[in-house]
Amino acid sequence: MSDPIIKIQNMNKWFGDFQVLKNINLEVEANKKIVVCGPSGSGKSTLIRCINRLEEHQEGDIIVDGNELSEKTKDIEKIRAEVGMVFQQFNLFPHLSILDNCTLAPIWVKKMPKKEAQELALDQLKKVQIDDQANKFPGQLSGGQQQRCAIARALCMQPKIMLFDEPTSALDPEMIKEVLDAMVSLAKGGMTMIVVTHEMGFAKEVADEVIFMDEGMIIEKAETKEFFANPKSDRTKLFLSQIL
Amino acid sequence: MQAINFLKPNRDNIKNYSIIGSVLILISLIDVISNAFLKTNLTSFLPGSLTTLFPLILGLIGLNMMRIDYSGNKTLDLLNKNINTNNFNALLTLLILFSIIKALPPSLSWMIFDANISGDSKDACTGTGACWTYIKVWFRRFMYGMYPNEFHWRINTAFILVIALGFVGYFLKENLKKYLALYYVIIYPVIAYLVIYYLISGGSFGLQWVETGAWGGLSLTFIVSFFCLIFCFPLGMIFALGRRSNLPVIKYISICYIEFWRGVPLITVLFMSSVMFPMFLPEDFFMDKLVRVIIAITLFEAAYCAEVIRGGLQSLPRGQYDAAKSLGMGYWKMHIFVILPQALKLVIPGIANTFLALVKDTPLIFVVGLAELAGMLALAKTNPKWLGFAMEGYIFASIIFWIICYAMSKYSYNLEAKYKTER
Repeated sequence: MSDPIIKIQNMNKWFGDFQVLKNINLEVEANKKIVVCGPSGSGKSTLIRCINRLEEHQEGDIIVDGNELSEKTKDIEKIRAEVGMVFQQFNLFPHLSILDNCTLAPIWVKKMPKKEAQELALDQLKKVQIDDQANKFPGQLSGGQQQRCAIARALCMQPKIMLFDEPTSALDPEMIKEVLDAMVSLAKGGMTMIVVTHEMGFAKEVADEVIFMDEGMIIEKAETKEFFANPKSDRTKLFLSQIL
Repeated sequence: MQAINFLKPNRDNIKNYSIIGSVLILISLIDVISNAFLKTNLTSFLPGSLTTLFPLILGLIGLNMMRIDYSGNKTLDLLNKNINTNNFNALLTLLILFSIIKALPPSLSWMIFDANISGDSKDACTGTGACWTYIKVWFRRFMYGMYPNEFHWRINTAFILVIALGFVGYFLKENLKKYLALYYVIIYPVIAYLVIYYLISGGSFGLQWVETGAWGGLSLTFIVSFFCLIFCFPLGMIFALGRRSNLPVIKYISICYIEFWRGVPLITVLFMSSVMFPMFLPEDFFMDKLVRVIIAITLFEAAYCAEVIRGGLQSLPRGQYDAAKSLGMGYWKMHIFVILPQALKLVIPGIANTFLALVKDTPLIFVVGLAELAGMLALAKTNPKWLGFAMEGYIFASIIFWIICYAMSKYSYNLEAKYKTER
């Protein structure tokens, strides 16, 4: 057994007086795929936003790839460069072309030569099948294409971990499939992934473990088959009965 | 043949109605025009007040008759949709049209037909109209202030050089484009300053020294506006970012700065810069009055720029910050490559607004004894040889300011169109 690449211990987080995350303990090993599900407002998004410190936690430890995230962490940018993230609203940079969206960070953060970065970007865009759109602007693409571009943009940084924050929630049903396909092929390539999603089909297909959260707590954490076959807590059973 | 229905114009009798309508409007226009230009009253046979109202009533009836929805005639539809939607709008249209026609002859005769431009003294102005001789004689003063006549070529050369340098950015090679911002923010102002210092001030290279007190007129307007514009923008950007900073010291310094400068009138700032400020300086330290004024206006306008830019920064969705951070960009990379390019694009109208206000604020430097265009005008109108021509002077200055400001706003529209990308 290898050391976990993400380790969260007794983590608590408040927004003002409101406690959003309560006593979170989580270990993720390299190359594992974790799906986080639960009702809205349960703290799923906040949890994964804490992993690359887009949100700060107040208590407990988060260790990502051997680096502890705390206020003192000076190299937070280095850690973020190794943790890719895909957002619900895509968040592409609208003033840059698709190709520039993908090459911006490799060139300026990783100091990659421009040519190399462009080759890498085209390669990644090809994997998500939008290399023919490379010179368009985000506003000219469909939602599904934008989200696939966002995945390619994150992958261009060659991250060790990928975080997905409800990547298909803002998409049409028809477009969900193309994004999920891209994610499945990424998963099969061996990437460590934490995915917040309501797509249980995706969870069944690729996830190693499923985590169920409610009211800021991890209610249940089990292997995928086990999770769907016989959930332990009543809350999980209720949730599953409603969405399956 | 269908009988004409006077109450209900519709598509069937469109031809009759539009012809009768246009004839009526034509008659009313002819009446007004003859009244204004030929001073003859065609309707003098009508009793008193009816004479004045006659064209209005006739025009209204005419427009009313032409008001046919979906007539199928493009010109008529356009007319009806825009200026003839109902009786009230038709009335307004006619009133505006008539007042323009009425105002035309007196203003034309004052400005052109009865005006004088020949000669070079007040005696040449014999007509009842404007005395453009005054502008002609004072033209060089209005452009160059008290700057010695034989050295005006120095100002012209300096301006041509500065403008030419400003275009350098367009011709930079692709691999040098990334230094464009650096060039415009730091290198260009420095070169422009040196050009203006050595050419216009003189004092070296065999050029005679001309002190800034002698500078003036439109050239001074340009110099002050130019330096204030290029310095206040980057300064404003810094304070806009500072006000949004997480570091309390920087944040509160920025807030204090912005609120201080927005809270004082420009005119007091100018007085302070020229009267109070030198008292706090050591005896042997000298700073030119013009430089002090430029610094004062720059600091003042930077506060306004800062707030405009902050508005742009706030309008960006948080997701843009998240995305940039998640790619490992630090504060400066995130702002330079992701946030500012988008925010600045959004604030072009606001910045253009601030810049226009700045250009039109420059006449205020007259209070500290620097006579730019409007200042020269104020001096000229009190010249005993040329008393009584304030009107011509102010019209001249208004036209020049309007041209400058209109050019600037046109340019800002172009920029907006150029950087427009679909979201």
